[in-house]
Amino acid sequence: MVQFNLPQNSKIVEGKYYKDKTNSSNLKKVNVYRWDPSDDNNPRIDTFEVDMDKCGPKVLDILFKIKNEIDSTLTFRRSCAHGVCGSCAMNVDGVNTLSCIKSHTDIKGELNIYPLPHLKVIKDLIGDLSGLYKQYESIQPWLKTTQTGQEKQELLQSPNDRSKLDGYYECILCACCSTSCPSYWWNGDKYLGPAVLLQAYRWINDSRDEEKKERLKKVADELKLYRCHTIMNCTNSCPKGLNPAKAIGSIKKMLATS
Amino acid sequence: MSSYKIIDHEYDVVVLGAGGSGLRAAVGLSEAGLKTACITKVFPTRSHTSAAQGGISAALGNMGEDDWRWHMYDTVKGADWLGDQDAIEYLCKEAPRAVIELERYGVPFSRTEDGKIYQRPFGGMTKNYGNETVQRTCAVADRTGHAILHTLYGQALKHNTEFFIEYFALDLIMKNGECKGVIAWNLMDGTIHRFRSHITIVATGGYGKVYYTATSAHTCTGDGNAMVLRAGLPLQDMEFVQFHPTGIYGVGCLISEGVRGEGGFLVNSKGERFMERYAPNAKDLASRDVVSRSIAIEINEGRGVGKEKDHVYLHMDHLDPKVIDKRLPGISEVAKTFANVDVTKQPIPVVPTVHYNMGGVPTNYKAEVLTLNGTEKTVPGLMAIGEAACVSVHGANRLGSNSLIDLVVFGRAAAKRAAELIKPGMTHEEVAQSETDKCLDRFEKMRNANGGTRTSKLRLSMQKTMQSKCAVFRTEKTLKEGVNEIRKSLEGMNDLSVQDKSLVFNTDLVETLEFDNLISQALTTMDSAYHRKESRGAHAREDYTKRDDKNFMKHTLAWQDGDKVTIKYRDVHARTLTNDVQYFPPKERVY
Repeated sequence: MVQFNLPQNSKIVEGKYYKDKTNSSNLKKVNVYRWDPSDDNNPRIDTFEVDMDKCGPKVLDILFKIKNEIDSTLTFRRSCAHGVCGSCAMNVDGVNTLSCIKSHTDIKGELNIYPLPHLKVIKDLIGDLSGLYKQYESIQPWLKTTQTGQEKQELLQSPNDRSKLDGYYECILCACCSTSCPSYWWNGDKYLGPAVLLQAYRWINDSRDEEKKERLKKVADELKLYRCHTIMNCTNSCPKGLNPAKAIGSIKKMLATS
Repeated sequence: MSSYKIIDHEYDVVVLGAGGSGLRAAVGLSEAGLKTACITKVFPTRSHTSAAQGGISAALGNMGEDDWRWHMYDTVKGADWLGDQDAIEYLCKEAPRAVIELERYGVPFSRTEDGKIYQRPFGGMTKNYGNETVQRTCAVADRTGHAILHTLYGQALKHNTEFFIEYFALDLIMKNGECKGVIAWNLMDGTIHRFRSHITIVATGGYGKVYYTATSAHTCTGDGNAMVLRAGLPLQDMEFVQFHPTGIYGVGCLISEGVRGEGGFLVNSKGERFMERYAPNAKDLASRDVVSRSIAIEINEGRGVGKEKDHVYLHMDHLDPKVIDKRLPGISEVAKTFANVDVTKQPIPVVPTVHYNMGGVPTNYKAEVLTLNGTEKTVPGLMAIGEAACVSVHGANRLGSNSLIDLVVFGRAAAKRAAELIKPGMTHEEVAQSETDKCLDRFEKMRNANGGTRTSKLRLSMQKTMQSKCAVFRTEKTLKEGVNEIRKSLEGMNDLSVQDKSLVFNTDLVETLEFDNLISQALTTMDSAYHRKESRGAHAREDYTKRDDKNFMKHTLAWQDGDKVTIKYRDVHARTLTNDVQYFPPKERVY
């Protein structure tokens, strides 16, 4: 039988242990994935003892506390800190989510924080999303209409047609869904994945867009679309409560019935 | 001097920042055939425009009669007459066209029954020069900024704008008072990039993070403003910091003014709708400075709610759940996540929270940067737009939903002006190496800082000082203390410690460079506030309670060099742009 092994340099080793210095009686052990591209060392898991008495309620607050008070070299993306920019997506306690809206009080025992799975790691919790962004570009996320030059009035859209965009236009491109999808892990270079397909559907479904057919044709591909095997990890992980699996199902249905 | 590998680029125009204004400018520049680079420290859709909720103002008249002149009057009054009326005329007149353009770009606006863009009431927006409430704020439910930002990014992709994503801009390249480009650090691989450009457009947003609690993102550090200061140019009206009346208590998350626009209201510990006392006509929809001050007075006089009596309640539990679901779904989500409140049953605990900087890089209505050299002069090669700029259309206080329209109107104006000023492919002048050396010396010094004080500690001391000494209400005493205390945070930089010495995604160093940017803006804000001895808009002095048009109908200009801040003034433009509208002379401001 074939044996599979991780490449030598991607084996995760035990890292540093940062003992509490505040004498707090309310400590949480936080295990964080670390990797620094500037040395040749393997990735490691550092453990921080964090004083929970003086910590905000979200996982991002823990990361801030570590960066501000314990180890300023800890590296992660963050911006708005209230769940709208999508920067701080990571894997918390085994689930992809936005660390700024994830309460750590939900998590009993030790807390494990990893980068989003199956991305090339740039440093610590920062993954390389450039592939996903390229795929986003490929679905041409802009309105296609021949009705230009008459800029005096808006294109009309009934409230009913507009409501068809609800549940799709809210996507913040955090990539939690795509990086939770086993099919995307295997074929991420060709399969568009749930985030991008949801975006594709948002435009296919916009009553103002005149290239619905071309858009459908463009994604109707063995690899781009049909690598979705309705595993549903995407919908489970979406921190905004959206349903990418449903969007993909709707595209498949449109293709089957058109 | 260090030996960094420098990669050179030549562009007609460089845009710094990829939020609403930067993206709109980039689209216009690409359309005009100018070779454009857009440099941004975060992926474009992560920009803070995404957090704008309630809407974008424009006198479309979809929900009843409206007129851009009424919008102009409201903006002039909201600004407490500190805005330049030529620029405000331009903003309000161009607004409807700009919103229609966004719709045609694909923004999924909420709709009226007849399929037009839905508009909601907003603070300070009135009919017929201050008479009754008008519905002028165009909304995408309560996610308007998110929808606009994503749509504009799509347009930029459509126009093949060249992005430099996760590049941290370090400094402007200046030569004889003209801007010749910018130097940036690529976080992904650690290389240094030198961009030559005929025009550089600063679209780097606000600097809310000088305060401890703000609705602003952690990335709102006003990097462009600070680069302008380091280039020896002034910032304008920095004392005017907007406190949004409804940030979630203890957290700072924004709760849109759209909540009050849809019928929500504030109450104190006695269950009283106190805004009726402070603004008998507009009530909860008075302008933001008025509502924030009213809340602060209620709290100061002991009528706050909660254990510490230090906040008030925002009710929307009386609204039809269907309205909440349709118009304010994001608010329900945010209130649940951050205040553990079910908005259909309970009020949201709120407190005035730092939200927006009216001040910034002084420009004219064409987005060209201004300085004072005897008289008002433009700075060749440099433009500023969006929250980074001070056009000034918001004057002493911005009206809600006027920021999103500011982004797209002046983003477009900058592109238009750039296309007039330069032609594609013009040759670039030689610039002395000394500009690059100066920039990299600073970079190197910060990177190798081996002192004993963490950046986070200095940042916290700065934020606490700003929060306590430069708040909703200000006095000679607090400001004087603030002027001294804020310099201690600056001095702390002599003992700075940066642990991470690497070049790839070194966020320790990024935060340190950002702190350096923040502290210069904190200084200019504090000193500008100290010198303005009157109350106007968001600048409320308890010792000078009246507006003083005789002495202070003028813009503050502040230059900074180390701990030295030089204050000068420039007259407010007492003129309109065209004869389509008459100048609105100052009068008492009541809501």
